[in-house]
Order: sequence, then C-alpha cells, then structure tokens
Amino acid sequence: MSAEGHDHGHDHEHEHHHKDTFITKYIFSIDHKMIAKQYLISGIVMGIIGVSMSLLFRMQLAWPEESFKIFNVLLGDKWAPNGIMTNDIYLSLVTIHGTIMVFFVLTAALSGTFSNLLIPLQIGARDMASGFMNMVSYWLFFLSSIIMISSLFVESGPANAGWTIYPPLSALPQAIGGSGMGMTLWLVSMAIFIASSLMGSLNYIVTVINLRTKGMSMTRLPLTIWAFFVTAIIGVVSFPVLLSAALLLIFDRSFGTSFFLSDIYIAGEVLHYQGGSPVLFEHLFWFLGHPEVYIVILPALGITSEIIATNSRKPIFGYRAMIMSIIAIAFLSTIVWGHHMFISGMNPFLGSVFTFTTLLIAIPSAVKAFNYITTLWKGNLQLNPAMLFSIGLVSTFITGGLTGIILGDSTLDINVHDTYFVVAHFHLVMGISALYGMFAGIYHWFPRMFGRMLNKNLGYVHFWVTAICAYGVFFPMHFIGLAGLPRRYYTNTNFPLFDDLQNVNVLITTFALVGGAFQLVFLYNFFSSIFYGKKSVQNPWKSNTLEWTAPMEHIHGNWPGEIPEVHRWPYDYSNPNHDEDFVPQNVPMKPGEEVLHH
Amino acid sequence: MTSLLVIIVLVLLAVALWQLTKIFDLTQVGCDSDSSQVASDDDNDVQGYLMFGFLAFIYIFSIYGLFAWGPLVLHTPASAHGGQVDNLMNITWVLIFIVQAITQVLLHYFAFKYRGKKDQKALYFADNNKLEAIWSVIPAVVLAGLILYGLYAWTNIMFIDEDEDTIVVELYAQQFKWTARVAGEDNVLGKANVRYIEGVNVLGVDMSDPYAQDDIVVSELHIPKGKKIHFKMRSQDVLHSAYMPYFRAQMNCVPGMVTEFAFEPIYTTSEYRELPYMIEKVANINAIRAKKSIDLVAKGGTVLDPYTFDYLLLCNKICGASHYNMQMKIIVDTPEDYKAWLKEQTNLVTQVKASTAPAPVEGAMSTDSLKAKDTVAVSKIAMK
Repeated sequence: MSAEGHDHGHDHEHEHHHKDTFITKYIFSIDHKMIAKQYLISGIVMGIIGVSMSLLFRMQLAWPEESFKIFNVLLGDKWAPNGIMTNDIYLSLVTIHGTIMVFFVLTAALSGTFSNLLIPLQIGARDMASGFMNMVSYWLFFLSSIIMISSLFVESGPANAGWTIYPPLSALPQAIGGSGMGMTLWLVSMAIFIASSLMGSLNYIVTVINLRTKGMSMTRLPLTIWAFFVTAIIGVVSFPVLLSAALLLIFDRSFGTSFFLSDIYIAGEVLHYQGGSPVLFEHLFWFLGHPEVYIVILPALGITSEIIATNSRKPIFGYRAMIMSIIAIAFLSTIVWGHHMFISGMNPFLGSVFTFTTLLIAIPSAVKAFNYITTLWKGNLQLNPAMLFSIGLVSTFITGGLTGIILGDSTLDINVHDTYFVVAHFHLVMGISALYGMFAGIYHWFPRMFGRMLNKNLGYVHFWVTAICAYGVFFPMHFIGLAGLPRRYYTNTNFPLFDDLQNVNVLITTFALVGGAFQLVFLYNFFSSIFYGKKSVQNPWKSNTLEWTAPMEHIHGNWPGEIPEVHRWPYDYSNPNHDEDFVPQNVPMKPGEEVLHH
Repeated sequence: MTSLLVIIVLVLLAVALWQLTKIFDLTQVGCDSDSSQVASDDDNDVQGYLMFGFLAFIYIFSIYGLFAWGPLVLHTPASAHGGQVDNLMNITWVLIFIVQAITQVLLHYFAFKYRGKKDQKALYFADNNKLEAIWSVIPAVVLAGLILYGLYAWTNIMFIDEDEDTIVVELYAQQFKWTARVAGEDNVLGKANVRYIEGVNVLGVDMSDPYAQDDIVVSELHIPKGKKIHFKMRSQDVLHSAYMPYFRAQMNCVPGMVTEFAFEPIYTTSEYRELPYMIEKVANINAIRAKKSIDLVAKGGTVLDPYTFDYLLLCNKICGASHYNMQMKIIVDTPEDYKAWLKEQTNLVTQVKASTAPAPVEGAMSTDSLKAKDTVAVSKIAMK
C-alpha cells in the first residue's frame, strides 16, 4: 500500500491529465467520483433549504400569531406581512420541505453520492457502465432542483397541496393558490427528476451486474452494493408509475381530461370533470410513494452494515440473511402501498390485504435490527463518528419502525391516520434514520472523496446534539398525535381542545431549533476539512473493501495498474487465521485457509 | 431583537467550537497525514460511556414523557367499537414497549461494553442459523396474532350491514365547512349531485327525488346515544377527511363518490363531560386559557372564552389554506332529546320553497364563503 504523501496533489494530477479542462473536470465530468461529489454538494445545499423550511414552520406551530422578523426577512412582505406567516405559505413550506427532503436529499443525494462513489470502487470497476449517462443523470437532477427552487418565487406561491399532491387540491388553482404556476413547476421538476433517477438507477444495475472484477461474485459483494443494487431496481420498477401519475395530472390540469376529477363544484360553478377518481391518483402515487421510503432507507442500511462491520472489527452477522432481508423488503415494499389509503374510501377488503402484507415487512426489518445488534456483541468497537451515526440509525430505525406496527394495522390507523403520530413515525424511521445513514457515509468516506479527514471532535459534538434533539423533537410528537392533533394545521388556536398540547409544541420546536443550529457544526467541519482537514492515510479505518486499495488521489479509472482481483468476502475482520484484524478482499487465501462463514 | 440575540449566541457558539477544535488539534502535533482523526482508545472510552448515558437519556425521557404527556392522549372511547380499537392499541403498545426496552438496552449497552481497546480482538462470529431462525419466527408469530386480531376488528368496524337498524346521516364537506343531512323519517337520503346545487340547496340534493322530501340539512349535528349512525360522506370540491377522534372514526370525503363509516355513540355529550378524566382535562385547558388571557389583556386583546367539551368533526386531509379551521360540533343526545331536536328542524323542501319565493340573493352565499379566508367553519347556513 502506497502511503506516500502528495504535497503537490494538484500539480500531480495536472501532469497526468492534460486533456482535463476545468469544465470537463469539475462541471461536465463523467468520472463517477466527481459526480458523487457533485451530488453530495447539491444535496447539502438542498438539505440546508429543506431543513431551514422545517424550522420556520416549527416556529409558527410553537408560537402561532407571533411576529418574527426572520419570517419577514426570508419570506417577504407578501407571505409574512409584519413578520406573521400566512397560512398559504405555511402549507407551501410544509409541502416543499417534504418534497426536497424525500426526493432531493434522501433519494437523489443519498443514492447519488454513495452509489456513484462506491459501486465502481467497491466492485472493482474503472467507472460506471455509462459515464455519459451518469453525467446526464446528475445534470437533470440539477435542472430539476433549479426548477423546484425557482417555483418558490412565483407570484401565486409555491405548490402547497402537501408533498403527496393529491388532486383535486393540486389540480385546481381555484382551490388553493399554490396549485397554479407553483404546481406546474413542481410537476415539471419532478418529471425531470424521475428521468434523472431512472438513468442513475439503470446505470447502477448494469454496472453491478456486468463490471464486477475477477472473483467478485454476488455473494462477495459488500452489503452497501447489495443495498444500492436492490434500491436501483425498486426505483426502476416504481418511479415510472409516479411519472405516469404526474403526466395524467398535467393532462387534467391543462387539457381538461378527467382522470382524477369528477363532480366538482368550486368557486360558485360546476366544473366539467366527470368520471375520474382521486383514489386512482392515490394508488398511483403510493405505488411509488411506499417503495420510495425503502429507496430512502435501504442505502442507509447498506452504508450502516458496512460501517458497523468495519468499526466493530467483526464480520457482519448473518451476511446472507442480510441480503435476503434486503430482497424481501424490496419485494414486499411494492405490495404494501395501500396502507396509506386505509380510509381513502377504497374497499375495506383491500385494507385487510394491505394490513397483512404491511405487517409482514416487520419480519425482515426485525432480522436486520437483531443482526446489527449481534454484530456489536463481543466486537472491538471503534467509536468513530461514522460508527456513532450508524448505531444511532439502528436506534431510530427500531423506535420509528415499531410504531409502524400501529400504523400498518388498519384498525389502529383509523384514529391516528394523518395525525402527528404519523409525522413522528416516518420522520424517525425514514427521515432521521436515512439522514444518519447519510452522515455516517459522509464521515466514513470523506477521506475517500477528498483525501482528507473530517475533524472527529466536531463529529462527536455533531452526533450527540443531533441524537438528543432528534428524540427530543419526535418522541413528544407521538403523544400529540395520539391526542388527535391533525398534521398540516397552520395553527391549533381554533381548537381549545388542543390548548393543552401547546407546551409540547414549544418543546418540540426548541429541540428542532437547537438541533438545526448544530448542523452548522457539521457544515463548518465539512467545508473547512475539504481544504484544511488532516490528510488521510491510505485506508484510515482499516477496511476490507476495495475502494481503499485505490490511490487516495483521484485518477480516471480508479487504479493505476491492473484492477485488483478479489479472493474473499468483504467481512474478514478478526479472522482467527490472520494476525491483522482485517483482511482486505484482494488478499489471496493462504494455502489451506478455510472459508469460515456460510 | 430576539432573532438578533439568537444569531449572536450562535456565532459565539461557533467561535467557541472553533477554538475548541484548535486546542484539540494543538494537542495532536504530528506529521501532515496521520491517524489523529481516527478514534483512539480514549475516544472509545468517552464515547462508550456517552452511549451508556444516551441509553439513560432515552429511558428517562420516555418515562418522563409517559407521565407528563400520557394524560393528554385520547382516552375513553365514545363509541361502541372504540373499545375494541383501544384494546388492540394497548396490546400493541405493550409489545412495542417490551421490544423497544430490550433492543435499545442491548444496542447501547453493547456499544458501551465492547468499546474498542488496542490489545483486544473481536470474536469472529459470522452466522448462526438457530439464532436467526429464532428472531424470524418470534416476530412472525407475534405479528400473526396482531394481524388476526386487527383484521377481526377491522371487519367488524368497516363492513356495514345494510339490514341493520341505523340512522342514515350524510356528512358533506366543502372548503372549509361541514354540513350534515339527516335522512328523515324514511331513513333514505335523496339523490344528490353537485350539478343540482342552487340557492339554499347547497348540498345539490335532487329535489324531485321522493326520498329527498323529508331530508333535513343542519350545520350542527345531533345524534342519539345507543343507536348506530350510518354516515355517508360526500365532498363537493377537494379531498377532505371526516375525523371524529373521540369516536375513533375517520373516513375521507372524496369528490365523485360516496364513502361510508358507521358507529354507535355510547356517551351523550353531557355524560362525556362528566367523566373524571374529562373534567380534569377541561380544568387544565381552562387554567391554560386563563393564563393566556392575562397576556392577551395586557396586550390590549380580549379574554378567551372558557372551554367546555364538545365532540368535534375535524377535517383531517389537507384541503386548502384554511384547512386548519374546518370543524363541526356533534352533539350526542339521549334518544328523547334527539327526537325533540329533530322535530324542531325544518326540512330542506320547506327551506327551498321559502327561498325561491322572492329572494334570489342567497345563491351568491356559497361562493362568498369559499373565498373567505378565515371563516369560522361552524358558520350557520344563512337560512337559520
């Protein structure tokens, strides 16, 4: 392993790659490592916007009717006259927060960053199957982000029908201001986003199937790759359905068709729509919408599997069971969408079916959780920031997942549907968990991306404050949901019944503000470490996977000479046949060495 | 001003952190690239103990939450099927608490117990079919039980027997108010479609339908205790959701179709008000409101009305800018009071006849109420 310091990293690269101009290297790059960084930085920018929005509407919920200068500064006179947030913009903030966090941060940035970075490096490929398509995928994502952000500035306001954009609310500008130009831009942005996502996913699938290095059989793939691979398949299966829903909605909005609309009387007149059904839209939306949460969480679980094994200095427990559970979750995820619609007016018999399939998903999820815990048992835990975030993920995944047993049960869903209980559940199980996965990935592979280390002490501060605040925000939220408080209410002051929940709302917002502020620690750490962080040694975490065998400075094709050949699975940590507590995948088997795992 | 203060505090915090890391960095004098940013044994020790501390945090916070916020949670169901829902809920909660308690302890305790040390080697333990079988089968069995109970309850609640003796009531949703239509003596609702909306006939009832002749339209619904009410929901514009938390009842209202839900109220409004937990809750709310009133008066506002409990119908599906204020009072009467109330109501036919005589102004009413941003949803129909 070459650990020579490269004091003149930049000059060095220029010598080798004369053909690279600034534009081909940093902007229209077809190198997967650069595209990963582009995704990451774009995702962080979108994340800052999305999280800031949530802090604004949390302030509104804790102190309704109160005037805040910052509302006026950020939202302007139209949406926050005298510093009082209007109900229209409140719903817009909620809507765009959801859209940005679910799609732009936790789908595009999470998969985009780590699938791009790790798939070629961990399977031993020189790049993605199609570098060009990969580049187009990023730039379509960039374009859709720009359109989504620009929708914030239109006259009639950004989309505000909720991130699920159920028609008729999203179809009729008469029904709500944001369903005018704002919703048009939302739909256009999402259509482009889906195109981007499909290109990325196809690329990941093809790359994993075709470009594995010699010896890298499917059962020697790191769990990260398994997770990214299966996630890409779910994306390819389900995203087109959302695209069709979006297109049909565009038809209804612009060309007068009646796919989702029927018998509507609004603003004093009967509209011509006849025979459509909003329930159809709900089916189409959730056919993507539910797999989407697994598109979000599976990569995070993959990242966690890798980090927990490496930092426990132990093989991941039940490697094959982990793969099987990923596949089982992926399969089940496509047949449970109806649990979002128990009380949508669909036939109750369907509700029974979806309750059954939904609760089944708890089994592979439980297997994963128990396997993580067993991996920690009798390990030699290196509690790096990435490891803390991974353990944190397991914790929030369990806490959030367990309340899924309530929501997935149609009988219990009747009374907690669309209350803050749901908000608490999905934020813990997919929002916070996936965000932890993303942070864990960043702390772990930052050296791989930038050749430098993140400051660990700042990482520790970041984790502990985030961990406490995440529970501080979402734990109390379960109670106000069980008290019957509906979500997406601009203020609860019209219901004296809910007056006793106001203290809890203030507590939640306080935790949110503190937690939000401490993300600045991460941002500072991230951006300053890119330039001033300690230079990383080769393979700082003593990991087995192939990405750490490639030179730390980025070169096209990843390895200067031959691509390493793989001789063993990725989890030979503390193998009793070896003195070192890790045996990289490219180390040949000793003569007579037995494989110690199934 | 406060925001300025907050910003200053944040800046100071950032500076403090930056200084802190400088100090940390100074203590780690070394070459340009080293392993100083990888967890050392000291780090593992500190973080391991913090993990243990975090476990304590989760437990203390949970227990505190149960005591502080537990009483806020919906209590005694006011409908016959509600007991079944709550029973299943309680069973599920017990299971959740057990699993949560065990797994969080193991997770964080292991993180503490097995924190890394230089001369320690981890156990090579890659798989164990028996263990994995155990934790696949146990959840499967437990879930099977929950599924069976859940489906049994779901079937009881959701499949409405058409032959059963019920009172049929329509809940009609529009931005941003609820209206109810009682089926009258024949207990059959007259046909309706938005295309029939005209004047006071805001629900679009087909006035030529014989079943419609005795329908009664009201903006504050009364229902009798002890009899199953069969709700049929409609919406005229966007999706709404008829949410009646105390009855453990909810169903979306979908334009273009009729949705259904049925339940039997088991406490009248006045009986429910007298439940000890409700007395306590209302007293607590009124104490909060009294305190708030003092602040309001100081700012030149008016005193808040004291709160008395009523069953509410809330909208629980985002339906527009004023979604947060779409509600209707539901009053559960004794059967006698209900009959008396019913007698006082004028039916829709009479209303329509009265309005079509001279005054055509009423037609504009529904349009105006749509535009109004902050209409109190319990606004009366103009006729009453």
